[in-house]
Formats: sequence, C-alpha cells, structure tokens
Amino acid sequence: MSETRLDPASGGGGSVAGGVGSPGRAQIPERTLRGDRWWVQPVIIVTLLVLWLLYALVRTSMQRYYFVETYHYLTPFYSPCVTASCVPDARHLGTWMGELPPLVPYAFFLLPILLGFRLTCYYYRKAYYRSFWLSPPACAVAEPHARYTGETRFPLILQNVHRYFFYAALVVSGMNTLDAFDGFHGKDGGIGMGLGTLIMLVNAGFLWLYTASCHSCRHLIGGRLKHFSRHPVRYRAWTVVSRLNTRHMQLAWTTLATLMVTDAYIALVASGAVTDLRFFN
Amino acid sequence: MAADLEHFEYDVVIVGAGGAGLRAAIAAREAGLRTAIICKSLFGKAHTVMAEGGIAASMGNVNSNDSWQVHFRDTMRGGKFLNSWRMAELHAKEAPDRVWELETYGALFDRTPDGRISQRNFGGHEYPRLAHVGDRTGLELIRTLQQKIVSLQQDDERETGDPESRLKVFAEVTITDLLQDPSGAIAGAFGYWRESGRFVRFNAPAVVLATGGIGKSFKVTSNSWEYTGDGHALALRAGSTLVNMEFIQFHPTGMVWPPSVKGILVTESVRGDGGVLKNSEGKRFMFDYVPDVFRGQYAETEEEGDRWYTDPDTNKRPPELLPRDEVARAINSEVKAGRGSPHGGVFLDIASRRPPEEILKKLPSMHHQFKELADVDITKEAMEVGPTCHYVMGGVEVDPDTAAAAGVPGLFAAGEVSGGMHGSNRLGGNSLSDLLVFGARAGTGAAAYVLALGDRRPDVDQAVVDAAAAAALAPFEEEGGENPYTLHQEMQQTMNDLVGIIRTAAEIERALERLEDLKARAEHLTVEGHRQFNPGWHLALDLRNMLAVSECVARAALLRQESRGGHTRDDYPTMDPHWRGRNLICSADGDGIVVREQPMPSMRGDLLALFDTGELAKYLTPDELAAVPAPATPTDGSGS
Amino acid sequence: MSYDARFRVWRGDADGGELVDYTVEVNEGEVVLDIIHRLQATQSGDLAVRWNCKAGKCGSCSAEVNGMPRLLCMTRMSTFTETETVTVTPLRAFPVIRDLVTDVSFNYAKARQIPAFAPPDLAPGEYRMQQVDVERSQEFRKCIECFLCQDTCHVVRDHESNKEAFAGPRFLIRAAELDMHPLDAREDRADFARDEQGIGMCNITKCCTEVCPEHIKITDNAIIPMKERVVGRHYDPLVWLGTKIGLRKR
Repeated sequence: MSETRLDPASGGGGSVAGGVGSPGRAQIPERTLRGDRWWVQPVIIVTLLVLWLLYALVRTSMQRYYFVETYHYLTPFYSPCVTASCVPDARHLGTWMGELPPLVPYAFFLLPILLGFRLTCYYYRKAYYRSFWLSPPACAVAEPHARYTGETRFPLILQNVHRYFFYAALVVSGMNTLDAFDGFHGKDGGIGMGLGTLIMLVNAGFLWLYTASCHSCRHLIGGRLKHFSRHPVRYRAWTVVSRLNTRHMQLAWTTLATLMVTDAYIALVASGAVTDLRFFN
Repeated sequence: MAADLEHFEYDVVIVGAGGAGLRAAIAAREAGLRTAIICKSLFGKAHTVMAEGGIAASMGNVNSNDSWQVHFRDTMRGGKFLNSWRMAELHAKEAPDRVWELETYGALFDRTPDGRISQRNFGGHEYPRLAHVGDRTGLELIRTLQQKIVSLQQDDERETGDPESRLKVFAEVTITDLLQDPSGAIAGAFGYWRESGRFVRFNAPAVVLATGGIGKSFKVTSNSWEYTGDGHALALRAGSTLVNMEFIQFHPTGMVWPPSVKGILVTESVRGDGGVLKNSEGKRFMFDYVPDVFRGQYAETEEEGDRWYTDPDTNKRPPELLPRDEVARAINSEVKAGRGSPHGGVFLDIASRRPPEEILKKLPSMHHQFKELADVDITKEAMEVGPTCHYVMGGVEVDPDTAAAAGVPGLFAAGEVSGGMHGSNRLGGNSLSDLLVFGARAGTGAAAYVLALGDRRPDVDQAVVDAAAAAALAPFEEEGGENPYTLHQEMQQTMNDLVGIIRTAAEIERALERLEDLKARAEHLTVEGHRQFNPGWHLALDLRNMLAVSECVARAALLRQESRGGHTRDDYPTMDPHWRGRNLICSADGDGIVVREQPMPSMRGDLLALFDTGELAKYLTPDELAAVPAPATPTDGSGS
Repeated sequence: MSYDARFRVWRGDADGGELVDYTVEVNEGEVVLDIIHRLQATQSGDLAVRWNCKAGKCGSCSAEVNGMPRLLCMTRMSTFTETETVTVTPLRAFPVIRDLVTDVSFNYAKARQIPAFAPPDLAPGEYRMQQVDVERSQEFRKCIECFLCQDTCHVVRDHESNKEAFAGPRFLIRAAELDMHPLDAREDRADFARDEQGIGMCNITKCCTEVCPEHIKITDNAIIPMKERVVGRHYDPLVWLGTKIGLRKR
C-alpha cells in the first residue's frame, strides 16, 4: 500500500492500466460497470468515523466535565483517572503519578490502547482500507493506486500485533467495568443508582462483547487448535466467540456509539446542563 | 491443415474427466504410464459434481450387518437381475477400498460418533450404506480426485522438473473421432480445442472412454450440456457395441419449476431423511404403488414407515424409498390422473416433517438450490417435483475385469458410458462407487494392455486423420443449411415424448421415423462465425453423436417387449423372465444402427445362493430355476 | 408474463471488443444464463459462454452482471426491473478468450503450487476423525471453484503484477482447509501461506466473501484464522520467547 500514483490517462482518477485495463483482458474502458450507488457506503463510513474522532478530540482536550462528583460518574475518555491532575474522587483506582503537563490527555496511556485495538481490528481495517484508502472503494471498482503491497511491509505489517492490543483491551474493558461499579454511588455517599450508572454499565457490557468478539480472541480461545474434540471446553468457548464474531462489525459500531453516548451524558450532567435521572439515592 | 494440428504422444488417453476418468488416470499414472486426461469443460467441472446422495460401499460403519454380499444382492434386485453379475460382484467387493482410498487423498466425509465414515440410507439399499458429505458428495469426489492428480503432478515435478511430464490435463478439448490402425486397434484420438478451434491429435495405443451419459438427447434432463453421448458414439463408430441402451433412468424427483431449472435434481436424500411424496389431495400416494416383487419389504402403513427412520431394525421402510423407476412411474401416474401439482409434478414435503434446523444441517445444498433457483424455502413449504432423465444404464459393452470394450483392442470404458453393471435400473449411490471401482479397473486394464504391447504400437494412416479433420469442419462448408439449435430441440422433444418414461411400439416407430428425418437434415447444418469458442459449431458436432445414440435407444426399446427397470412398455406392462436372460446389443452398420439379442452368461452358483428360491422365481424362467444348484443359505433379512 | 429486455453483452477477444446491444425475450422464472442461451439460439449462434450444470454447483458460468462478479445461472431475472438494461461482461481480472469466456489458467497454476494433503501414517480404512474436527475444513470444501473471489479480489484484479506473488482467496481457503484438516501431517501450512501464497497482501476487505455463491465465510473463517496462525508463528513475541525457553514446542 505504498506509492499512490494517479493515472491521468484514465480520466476518472483510477489507474486501470495495470489492473482491469491490462493487456489481454477484455477491453472495457469503464473502471466499473456497477450502476448501483456503491459509493454510498464509503461516504457514510468516512463521515461517521471523522465525526467520532473530532468529538473524541474535542472531549479529551477539554479536560473538564469528565466526572460527576455526586454520583462518581467517570467518562471512559478519561479513564483510568490515576494522575494528580484528576479530581480526587475520580481516582478510585489510586493515584499513580503526579500532575500531567498541559494538553496531555488524562487517559494518556490508555487512549493509545483503545485506538490501537480499533486501528488494528480486522473489521476497522476493512472499513478504513475501503473508505479512506479506496483500496478498493467497493467490490469490483478499480482502486486508484498504481502499486499495492497490502500488509506485507512496514508500517502495515504492524497490523499483526492486533492480539496484543486485544490483551490490553481486556484491561480497558475491566477498567470501564470498575468505573461503572464506582458509578453506584449515591448522593449520601452510600449505594445509589441513576441513568448514568445504567449507561456506564451498558457501555461496559458492549465493550466486553466487542472485545470478546475479536478475531484474535477467537483464534486464541480455540481457533488455533487442530482437534476441537480433544478440548471440549475450549471448543465450547470457541463456538460462543464465533457466534459473537459474526456480529463484530455491529459491535464495533455499537461500542463507538455507547462510548460517545456515555461520555456525552456524563459531560452534560457534569456541566449541569441536565440533571441525572436517579433510580434511587 | 498440418500447420493447424497439434500432436501429442501418450501411453493412455482418458476421454472424460469426471469420477471415472480421473480415477482411471490415477491408476494408469500409478502404473507408470504417460497419461493424458481430456476434459470437455474445465478441469473439475465434470457432471460428477452434481451427485448429491453419496457413494455406496458396504463398509458397515453404521450397521455392521452390511457386507459385500448384501450390497451385491441389493444391486441385482435394483437392476431386476439384468446386471452383468460379474460387474456387480466386483463393484460390491471393491467399493469400500475405493472409498477408504479417497481419505488418503484428503477427502473429508461426514463422520459417525466413533470417527468412522458416516453412511446414510438410500432407496433400494438394505442398510445405511452411502458415504456422504452433506448433499454434495459428488463435489467432494471430483475435488478429491482432482487434488490427487495435482499431487501426482507435484511428485512428477520433483522428479523430472516438469509437472506435466507424465500426467497432463487437456481442458476444454472435445474428441471427435478415435484413430485406429487398419486392423481396428486403437492408435489414438482426434479432437479440437474448444477455445481456439485448432485440431489436436493424440497418438496412444489405449483410450479409456469416461464420457458419461446421453441426457442431452432428452428435453427434461438433469444432465449438463456435456452429456451428448460422445463416448457411446465414438465406441459405435470405432466398431464396438453398446449394451441395453433402452434402459434409461428417469429420476423421480427433478425440479419442475421454474422453467429454467426444469429437470435439475432433487436428491433422494430428501426422502431418505424423512421427506414424503404427496399428491394435490395431500395423500401419501406411494403406498398404492408397491409392486408385487417388493411386497413385504416396504411398510404398509404411514405409522410403520415413520417409525423406520428411528428404528430401522424392527420396522419396514416407507415406500417413498422404493427404487427410482418405481417412484418415477408412480409420480407419472398421479400426474396423468390429474392429481398433480400446479406445475405438473407432485409435492415433496419435508417441511412439515422435520424441524428447520435439521433440514438445514442435512440438506444444505438442497435448501440453497431451492432458495436461490426457485425462491422456495424447503423448511417452510413443499417442493414441486417430477421425473427427469437422469442416467443411462446402457453403454459400451465391456469386459467386467479389465473394462476393455468389446471388439476394439485398446479401447476401454468406465462409468456411465459403460453398460451392464446396473442392469435395467441403477440404485442411488451405486454410480459414484461404479466410477471409482471401474475407473480404477479401466486405468489398470489399459496400462496392462499397453505394457503387453511393448513396442508394437498401432499406427494410423494420415488419410484417416485428414478425414476426421474434414468431417469436423463440414458444418462451416455448408451454406443455407439448418440451425443446429433447432434440430437439437426437435430431437429432444421427440425423445422426451416418444421414447420417454412410458413407451409403446407405435410411438417408438414414430420416433424412429423422425430420427431418420433428423439424421438426413443433420447432414446439412450451417454454423455462423469462426472456429474460436463457437458453441454453434460444437453443438453441430455433438448432434451426430446424440442422433446415433438416440437411434440405439429407440431401436432397443422397440425390440424389448417387456417392462423392466428403466424401460416401461405400455403395450407389454410386465416383466418377462424370457427377456431377463437377454441383452440387446447395438452396433453401427454403415450409416445405420442395428440391434440384436445376445444371451447373458448364467450367474455363478455361489452368487445365486445369496438369494432364496422364492425371490429367484420372480426373475428366472422355470428352466433356469430348475438349474439353480445349492439351496439358498439362511437369509439375514433378504426377504424381510 | 414475458417481456422484451434490453441486454448489453461484451463481444470480442483479446484484440478488442465492445458492448453489443440486444433486445431479447424474458419469461417468468428465468435466469441470466437462460437469456444468454436464447441469444445463442436465436440471434448469435457463436456467442461464447461457459456453462455446465445450470444449478450453481459446478462454477463454470462465472461472469460479471452489471459490474458485479456473479454466476449467470444464479442471477435471477426477477432481480432486475423490466426497463433496466442488463450488462454482461467476462471476468475482468483474467485474460479474455472470446466474448464471455476468460482464460482462468492462473487459478490452476496456483492450485498446483500448494503442497498436497499429506496423509498420516495410517492404513486406508483406519482414519478416525470427529465430526466437529472436520466441519471447519468441510466448509471450505464446499468451494465450487467458480473463481469469482479470485476475480473480485483487488490484489490481482487491480494489479496484474501481483499475480506472481499472491495466490488469491480460493487458495488461501485451501491452505486453511489443509491446516485445519485433523489428519494432515504437515505443520508448515501457515508458513507457506505467508511465504509463497502472499497472505500478507490480503487487506481483508472482504469482497471475496461478498461474491461467494456458496456463502463460504472466506475472510472470517479462513483468511483471518490463517493470518492469526501466521502471527502465532512469526510475529508473536510471547510465542517466540516461549519457544526459546522451551515452554512451547513449535
């Protein structure tokens, strides 16, 4: 996937010369004969991902409205809050280091894991290779690159570290779960529950599902075996993960949504724009 | 013309790349001979992929009572005792080894709980006997053999540096003529590349015909375009003979709707796994059609039939699992009596009898086929099915042990193109095993023949080659002749209407008149375009094969005055022991076709002893019965 | 029930060609292949097309319909409106021979490069395998070799120069099939997939899965598991460490 060279001869901006226009193949000038609206999907994906990233950028750089002190709601974008920069109650996992320099995101060592897990995720790879890199923009639509080496070279060969991000993502899901438990905090300091707690729980739940449905997880838990029959427990686990895995794409998008909703809700409550709907205490 | 001709030298040329051809090629190559495989289409696309049910072999994995003797008995019963008993014996004995061998090539059959090859029930088989992979067993067979051939080529590449040094596949080549020396011995084969239209000549002392069947002579057929009777016609023109061409199996359950897929097969496993046939009144009509020879072997009530699926040892099987010819005739009668489905078939219902998950698990490709081709969900509604031309029992008359074709040294035949093995009717599952058993035997037989020849290889006159080329080009010479597509359609209609599932002397005679007329018109065909991948030209050349074979079918059908297996005469509705002992032999006579009677060799005593006398009495003449030697052995269920 | 449809069919050979317009009768329940056959029988007897079984089982009639790789026999006419023009071209990733027929020998060459099934040291008839162990490979053995996945894969479709290094989805599932075969005696299938079949070139954009007429989950069930197996052998530092200190055998 190195070296992009647009071929001016093909007008529409696609290099077909080394591909569908190669000598010997049926000579058809169009880069695709698809008449359906194949470009809709890449456009939607680009739009949604860009909007989400902008939102995340804005929110992480705000460095406020990330914690609701009364109910101990901590947004996932600032979790875990373990530096002296965080408000004290948000540090329910402890204070591991001193104040951060300005502009460094509070969750600076966890955000790369979150991003890395998703960047190397087999589903997101498909989504951004198609939509951002147009390689290919849609099935049977010629891509604009003159050369293509896939994931065989640096940097894309690094996609192979996905399973390490998976291990790390387990930790992330764990922390988000702890945050959700911490969100059972009532006005009077005892146990309480509100809509925010529920949202955090749902978010943590979907994060677990997304993480467990990962292709690397599927491989590690049982897919790598040659004989399922000799490992009945792992085989059962593999069948469960396999079923989840067929929903990996849906879970990938659902978790983007739940992350954003959780953060937005906590920001709104923390800023005082809305009042949390309390179920009890 | 010489510049136009490619030339190859081989020891054995296999014409046909289905199960029989590929297995023959493996055998010939393993005997150390240089072998060419000729495919009419691409490698791995042969009609064998369509086989769904399984491979019959008495491995006894599911019911250990099974043995080659029981398989032999079932085969003879299915063929109504007209089988070449020696072929049926070899087939039953060797099928298990041929199946196990496939596992060493990498085949992955469905398994029993203890890890063996699973076997399923099928019409006419006393025990669960069909090794299978879901309902795509034919695909597994062809892919396995294809991959074994590739693996042999890899061996050759390691040894000689050239993967094609001893085994080469010629894809998309059609053979139009066999080349013979003046004595009639095989010297090679002549054909053309479909792709370029260029001619190709193979010099080889042995040719194995494995070209499959003749279904494209009929309008409603489950067969693909390749099934134009090429091997049958090549053998006839070379001076060999065809046996029992009147026996054509109409598979009882072909799709009848939509029109584009009319004839495409619905596997018998649907019935083996619980599907039942119903008429427009919702009645399971098969109980009314159990013929006398099978009475006592099939359930008489729906309750008993239904119990059989879970407890086959103490119950009799439902009559939906009668041999194919019986079921086809029953469906035909129901439709004629006005109790058919909207599109002229009957209903095959599994939806109301099995849960959707089970149907999906056991019949995935049937579900897929109906969903994609007919927009019918077989887990929710019944299928509409009717008889379709499926298989020709007749074929090249061969020596059972070596598969050598009668009368032509160096010519061999295996698989559907050969005759005798299945008698008057083939059991489901016996085709794939036939391909493997006799494919291997043909390859070995051809190899032995070539090795025995040594350096004394037959040679062919240049004039013979030139004549073959001229004949192939004839359709381009003619101007203002007929369109081969039109002629083909007329021939299919004729065969379907007049020499179809139910026949009478008057209709067959009319068919013969029309065939004569078509033959004359086929002398003057015109094709447009040029020689490069020209389907019109290809059809024009195939047409003469189909016409010759159709004439054999019609003439034999006229001569055999009885109804037996895949040959039903309305004017002679019963089985006649006199005809049981007679084969009808078809040969070419100038431009015409002649058919003569030929007595069959008597069955060996030890094989006869596998049947009880009561059963033999249904098939043999009183004289033959009197000559039966030993008393029948105590049966293990043959008459139950 | 029948109507006249407008068809555009690519006619030509390696030296050139064009889309030719036809008006042709269509009846209820027909598929694109029926229409191509009607063109052959009534309008142009020399129109070249490959086909065999007409039931989606042999994988011969692969072509592109309205730009998408499809089996002609499995594309029902009812999926188009009566006014729609249906465009049929040959596969665009392979050299054309004539009209709708292409030279697919690339695929047979790739098939021959994969080391064959390596039988275990067992006599025929002694093979024992559990159903759960054969099911994964059985999914891949459903492949009918229509080569639509090979045709749609942009690695070779858009880059002729990659044909040397990349085997294509069909043969990556063959690699997975053999690696998951419970009795295959070879241990180096994943290495072969990386070094000889170019599995790293696949960027898992899933078009192969989208066009597969057998609905084989090529990407999720074969290619990604193979990529993970490659990772396990070559890119996983823990595995590397485990091998070094003897905790894990290769």
